[in-house]
Amino acid sequence: MSDASVSPPLQSKGASAGTGTGVARPLGDRLMFVVLIVVGLVAPHLVYPTFLMKVLCFALFASAFNLLLGFAGLLSFGHAAFFAASAYVCGYLCRELGVTPEVGILAGTAFAGLLGLVFGQLAIRRSGIYFAMITLALAQLVYFIELELPFTGGEDGLQGIPRGHLLGLIDLSGNLTMYYFVFAIFLAGFWLIHRTIHSPFGQILKAIRENEQRAISLGYAVERYKLVAFVLSATLAGLAGATKSIVFQLASLTDAHWHMSGEVVLMTLLGGLGTVLGPSVGALTIVGLENLLADKVGPWVTVIMGGIFVVCVLVFRRGIVGELRALVLAPKDEA
Amino acid sequence: MTIFGVPPQLLFSQLLLGLINGSFYAVLSLGLAVIFGMLNVINFAHGAQFMIGAFVAWIALTQFGVNYWEALVLSPLLVGALSALIEVSMLRRLYKLDHLYGLLLTFGLALIAEGVFRNFYGVSGESYDVPDQLAGGVNLGFMFLPLYRGWVVVAALGVCLAVWFAIERTRLGATLRAATQRPDLVQSLGINVPLLMTATYAAGAALAAFAGVLAAPIMQVNPLMGSHLIIVVFAVVVIGGMGSILGSIVTGVGLGLVEAFTKVYYPQASGVVIFLIMVIVLLVRPAGLFGRQA
Repeated sequence: MSDASVSPPLQSKGASAGTGTGVARPLGDRLMFVVLIVVGLVAPHLVYPTFLMKVLCFALFASAFNLLLGFAGLLSFGHAAFFAASAYVCGYLCRELGVTPEVGILAGTAFAGLLGLVFGQLAIRRSGIYFAMITLALAQLVYFIELELPFTGGEDGLQGIPRGHLLGLIDLSGNLTMYYFVFAIFLAGFWLIHRTIHSPFGQILKAIRENEQRAISLGYAVERYKLVAFVLSATLAGLAGATKSIVFQLASLTDAHWHMSGEVVLMTLLGGLGTVLGPSVGALTIVGLENLLADKVGPWVTVIMGGIFVVCVLVFRRGIVGELRALVLAPKDEA
Repeated sequence: MTIFGVPPQLLFSQLLLGLINGSFYAVLSLGLAVIFGMLNVINFAHGAQFMIGAFVAWIALTQFGVNYWEALVLSPLLVGALSALIEVSMLRRLYKLDHLYGLLLTFGLALIAEGVFRNFYGVSGESYDVPDQLAGGVNLGFMFLPLYRGWVVVAALGVCLAVWFAIERTRLGATLRAATQRPDLVQSLGINVPLLMTATYAAGAALAAFAGVLAAPIMQVNPLMGSHLIIVVFAVVVIGGMGSILGSIVTGVGLGLVEAFTKVYYPQASGVVIFLIMVIVLLVRPAGLFGRQA
């Protein structure tokens, strides 16, 4: 009943931002990747690598989430489930069965994809606001299961997951080596998302977001597109979660809590919904803010996050990247 | 004597607990449904409003000596007024946008409320004594009924029925239902629809606060008491659908009882049974038990 009214306003700004196609795009995109790679290669020599790895994991997580909300218009309030489930699977395999980290990460990611398939099948039966509530409830179900299962370590989580040797050869215990591995994973995920958004598939997702009824009448199997987008987003969220479990050698209930689902929404919203770089900028901002504030304000962090949420929704809906882009594009639009 | 291997006292006391939880589900999902019907906003702050309701009662008692009965009136009024302020100053700006923004805003507000109370009161929880008039209990023969618990069920379901009556059987309710369907038309008849929306949000929040005060002597008064509850209530809403008021009440109470049965016979699953039922309902009847087909 609500789907007819869901699509247009959410993206009234994204439409102008996201469809800046034309001849300049490939060049601009290539430039973006070059800058990204250069910054990524230099950064660990200037900033604490552990912090950067956390940012990269969350940037990938938020970008995966953005694929769903920003481009398909589906608000999942349960993405923590994929992030955490994948971290648990990866952590368990690496710690208990001694597999190498890349195998653990792949297995965790695959599991998140499967979970996404199940969640997606259920959640796309309803749209709009119900979709958000269903994903939230399903994630809470996963939270309980992870709390109760014998091998998840209950409240303590899985601790002491070994970083191991990549492919059995490269020792990942050094932070710099680990960082470059994480950066490579991030780049691969980011590139995949970028490719997806700019593929015909991505265009159809946008069409569904803008006007689902019309997309149906044009003959697109809308539900299948939504499901594929959901599974892809869940898989990549799982990739981020598994990587994080290797980096921090920990998979815990914090990852599965609904606060985590909210946090990834916040990162995406703050950075810029429906923009390619926005979620990463949002992740950098939020993780940076948390690091900065953790010692100083303690429990007030939740309040500050809530406050940012409110401000973003009320007056800053385009997000950082969206606002910047509007600033750059505005004069041209008028000319 | 046992019932399927469980002593009847245990079964009945668990069922009573289920009935109480179910009453809370009913009141909260009813509030959500009323707000959603009128404002098209899913009020994530509903759990926070429930929690604040309980805290106001506790603070009023410990700081100002306001007794339970006064708090039962005062707390919903306060939370209602605060929520009216929020509606006028923030929520109102979002009606023209996608519904999801309303959810995100109220999520942010819920985080703020939770954080503020956690900062001042920690997470250990405060206890609130049962009012003297309702201390003790009666022996019903098959079980011992603590008076307060009986009162909670009666009060919660009474409020639900009062809301049902107000919406379905009074003139104000008729206006409200009309405004839910066609706000523009109702507005053109000279009715102040924005005011009606503010009042609806305040009333929905007040319902949550009322439930919070009822819950204070049973649950620990704790900054996190609302957030888990609200997620369960979301599942209840998905199961029941938001189409019908009596449907919300029946679904809420029914699920509370199902949860209690699970707790007796298969305790490991009691935390997840409502979510599993949600999954089944989505598979079999996606619109919800009482939902209108989308």
